[in-house]
Amino acid sequence: MKTYFELFFSFLKIGMFTFGGGYAMLPLLQKEVVGKGWATDDELLDYYAIGQVTPGIIAINVSTFIGYKHKGILGAVCTMFGMILPSILIISSLVYGLVYIWENSYIQHAFAGMRLMITALLLSMAVKMVQKSVFDLWTLFILIISFVMVFFGNVSIFFIVIFSCVTGIILIQIKRHFR
Amino acid sequence: MIYGILFWEFFKIGLFAVGGGLATIPFLFRLAERFNWFDVTQLTNMIALSETTPGPLGVNMATYAGIQAGGITGGVIATLGLVAPSFLIIIFISKILQKIKKNSLISGAFYGLKPAVAAMIFSFLCVLLEMIVYQAPSNKDFFFQLGLFICYVIMSFRLKIHPISLIFIGAVIGIILEL
Repeated sequence: MKTYFELFFSFLKIGMFTFGGGYAMLPLLQKEVVGKGWATDDELLDYYAIGQVTPGIIAINVSTFIGYKHKGILGAVCTMFGMILPSILIISSLVYGLVYIWENSYIQHAFAGMRLMITALLLSMAVKMVQKSVFDLWTLFILIISFVMVFFGNVSIFFIVIFSCVTGIILIQIKRHFR
Repeated sequence: MIYGILFWEFFKIGLFAVGGGLATIPFLFRLAERFNWFDVTQLTNMIALSETTPGPLGVNMATYAGIQAGGITGGVIATLGLVAPSFLIIIFISKILQKIKKNSLISGAFYGLKPAVAAMIFSFLCVLLEMIVYQAPSNKDFFFQLGLFICYVIMSFRLKIHPISLIFIGAVIGIILEL
């Protein structure tokens, strides 16, 4: 029972400090999940990769994975509800006339400061994820091409997913062939 | 039955929006055209507000649309509709993940996909940086923000404290410096 509460509260915390989406929650998620031994860095990267290619919001996909891995379906329910509860509360307060709380200048300054810190935290996570995913020149090549396509080319994520999967499959076959 | 319609409409969005919260936006614009729950202007304002309040963007948007259509219950139902497909698909994948990872096609796809996901994290990071530097509601100039960001990067690499503590420090500094 205690573990279910722990899962719920961990993801409640993560949901409260996620600005934007699934990638922004990565630093906090890594600390909570890897720190508590619920998943390894490698598994997290797998979950993001799968979360990216499957339907739905990445944040929810990754939360469900971790909850399910640790405590089955009920665990997944706990992590998912933890993740969506802050949104429901905050957005309800916005719609029901409490906009002034969020438009208050102190809150805005605090949020701006938090976003800057989250971006800095994300940089250290991004470096870690590169270390985990780039093993050779080929993976470095995929990383650079994908980055150029997403950031400079505005190519759709869908295309990049297809490109990287197909390239990966071909490269693995070639490597096997020449071994 | 408004709740049934809400659940079904958001279930479809959850099923077809591949790639995260931003992928839900085109679907929401279509909802604005088909139903009188909210109009396009409200939706645009809400997307802007959702980006600056905590919570995954897709979940925030579903909660907002649901509340407009059917009160708090509507918000909860729309959100559950949105996350239901993710939840089911991820649980299914979790069950078969260990088996399929041995398949050479799947492991090849992962080999290519992981660096692409790392690239997407980097690209998201660059978008955040752009937002902070150019669009933040701030009077501070470029070099000030950049200097602060570099300090935060050093802190997040060097200090072994919980990301939430760092995010709080970020918030306090944001208020003091009026970011």
